[in-house]
Amino acid sequence: MALMNMVSALNLALNEALAEDDRVVLLGEDIGQDEGVFRVTAGLMDKYGQDRVIDTPLAEAAIIGGSVGMALYGLKPVSEMQFSGFAYQGFHQVEQHVSRFRNRTRGRFNLPMVIRMPYGGGIRAIEHHSESREAYYAHTPGLHVVIPSGPRNARALLLASIRDPDPVIFYEPKALYRAFKEQVPDEPETMPIGVAQVVREGTDLTIISYGAMMRPVLEAADELADTDGVSVEVVDLLSVSPLDTETITGSVAKTGRAVIVHEAPRRCGIGAEVIARIVEKSLVYLEAPIRRITGFDVQFPFFARERAYLPSMERITHAARDVLAF
Amino acid sequence: MSVGLPWQAKPLDRIGRAFAVPRKAIKIKPKVEWLSILAGDGKVDESLDPKLDADRSIYLYRLMLMARRLDERCIILQRQGRIGTYGPCRGQEAAHCASTIVMDREDWVVPTYREPGSFYHRGWPLETVLQFWGGFEEGCRPPEGVHDTPIAVPIATQALHAMGLAWAMKLRGDRHAVLCYCGDGSTSEGDFHEALNFAGVYRLPVVFFVQNNQWAISLPRAKQTASETIAQKALAYGFDGLQLDGNDPLAVYVGTTEAVERAKSGGGPTLIEAVTYRMSVHTTADDPTKYRSKEEVETWEKLDPIPRYQKYLLGRGILDPKRIEEIEADVLAELAAAVVRYEENQNADPLDCFKYLYAEPSAELEQQRKEFQTALEREGMIEKQEPRMAQQRS
Repeated sequence: MALMNMVSALNLALNEALAEDDRVVLLGEDIGQDEGVFRVTAGLMDKYGQDRVIDTPLAEAAIIGGSVGMALYGLKPVSEMQFSGFAYQGFHQVEQHVSRFRNRTRGRFNLPMVIRMPYGGGIRAIEHHSESREAYYAHTPGLHVVIPSGPRNARALLLASIRDPDPVIFYEPKALYRAFKEQVPDEPETMPIGVAQVVREGTDLTIISYGAMMRPVLEAADELADTDGVSVEVVDLLSVSPLDTETITGSVAKTGRAVIVHEAPRRCGIGAEVIARIVEKSLVYLEAPIRRITGFDVQFPFFARERAYLPSMERITHAARDVLAF
Repeated sequence: MSVGLPWQAKPLDRIGRAFAVPRKAIKIKPKVEWLSILAGDGKVDESLDPKLDADRSIYLYRLMLMARRLDERCIILQRQGRIGTYGPCRGQEAAHCASTIVMDREDWVVPTYREPGSFYHRGWPLETVLQFWGGFEEGCRPPEGVHDTPIAVPIATQALHAMGLAWAMKLRGDRHAVLCYCGDGSTSEGDFHEALNFAGVYRLPVVFFVQNNQWAISLPRAKQTASETIAQKALAYGFDGLQLDGNDPLAVYVGTTEAVERAKSGGGPTLIEAVTYRMSVHTTADDPTKYRSKEEVETWEKLDPIPRYQKYLLGRGILDPKRIEEIEADVLAELAAAVVRYEENQNADPLDCFKYLYAEPSAELEQQRKEFQTALEREGMIEKQEPRMAQQRS
């Protein structure tokens, strides 16, 4: 075990993947000499050389579309979008090709590729650096969309994503990159994609979240336990496509109450999908209407206003108390 | 005085230039050439004629003819409702056939949707080609042993896959190359620029082969770009451009061969602009009389690559009228048999849309598949399937 933050844990997974499989190549803007703007790829070009950790020109479609070609040829490209807000210059490649190759060739070609990208607010970044648009990708069949919430699961899920035979959008909560450290096993560890985790067991209320919002959610669970004596169950989705319906609906069937938290906008967001599944499968267990604490259906504010904007522990506990009091 | 910066490849040159006073033209190393061997009037440049042997010449002639007859057949099949919308290649047979035959087995060909001859040459069964236009995903599945990418409908997106394939070849140290087809319209897309830029930066073994057929649906070449040629766009990416007569199979063959050899010997990419003409509709859903004149089409019909090549081969004594007839009959018979096979194999299981999406379907997808199956059984769209346990017992 070693104590490390998420940046180091992601670096560890990339290092392990590069070491275990010579078909793995990393490509992206400023990931080599500069070691990535968040230093996720620190030391990797020195260790593996410029042909395996590749600094590319500034062009997201070429990074993603080039990865498609590499994957068709048998490589396992792991690309980095510097920020998810710039991935749209390559979004058409994701929609038109990355997601479709296996199906349209009736399984003849699969694309073992990972597109990593930091998402979300909370680091006082300029415009286009704070959005959460996981729903775009979750809406696209043929992709996996994975969102870790801490160093240990970030390492395990990234390694699993690189080993997966299908394309993975790996959405990294950049607010958590250096927010805290966790013990991470020395031996390579993976977690299955598409399996949510009950990270805190409880009986009165289920809070469902993922990514950076897991921090205020867990704080809210503590606060509700300490102040109100409420037993909160917390589900960390870890993957928003596929979505682990069983774990979500099983928990709500037990508690009868649910609050869903994400920083992405509300309309057609992951929360809406989670609610739909709860209603389809666990309606009869519900004791109260479900509440969503999410970003609003507005543009993500510039950073002077972001602290007020982002869902907070206070907002989550308030919603939880409403649901409990119904 | 050191004025160089460490990350600049040629610091003295660049900084030195910044300190240089006179105004003068900048010399650019890559070049743009024009190539024609078999002219529209039948004249041959003997010094450039590759003098392909009889077998190869007849093979190419037959391949071009197959593309033409397949095209004609597909338009009829579309009118009869036996396939869907079809995008013909009429007029572009020399451009795509004479370039594709240059590629070795281990090379990759990355097509758009106007290269039926390429698929046929590379070993895709004709019925597979028909399946794409007939609305079956199976039309995108290359047979075992063939690895080219399937038809790409979005414009220029495949250029990045070609670039990525070439990149992987280079990283793996394989002496192969990629032939990437695009159209004149695609050169306006961002992906075209990004593909050529990356290919230039990494000196990748890829040949970008633009079939400039003068029309992107209704937009003429002159309105697509202010560039005098498309070939010259290569200069900005640091490699050579070659404009050639795309209706001249000899020029296409020679130009592509040179470019592929350069790619395989580490010389990097080439941009070829094959000047040709879309003699037919954009697709069967298009009416070109809305945007172009009959006279223009007639002018280009005189430059049709198939009669031009036929005349050349007659002149060289490689073809004679009897052989031409035999090839014609042979092509039509093969096509007719393929149409029969296409129509005999139309078992489209609607549940297949779940089958190939992921290596392992998720629980939620499996649940949706069952829901779909139940609905189809209820609606009588598929036969009710026995539960698995019962099947195992019997």
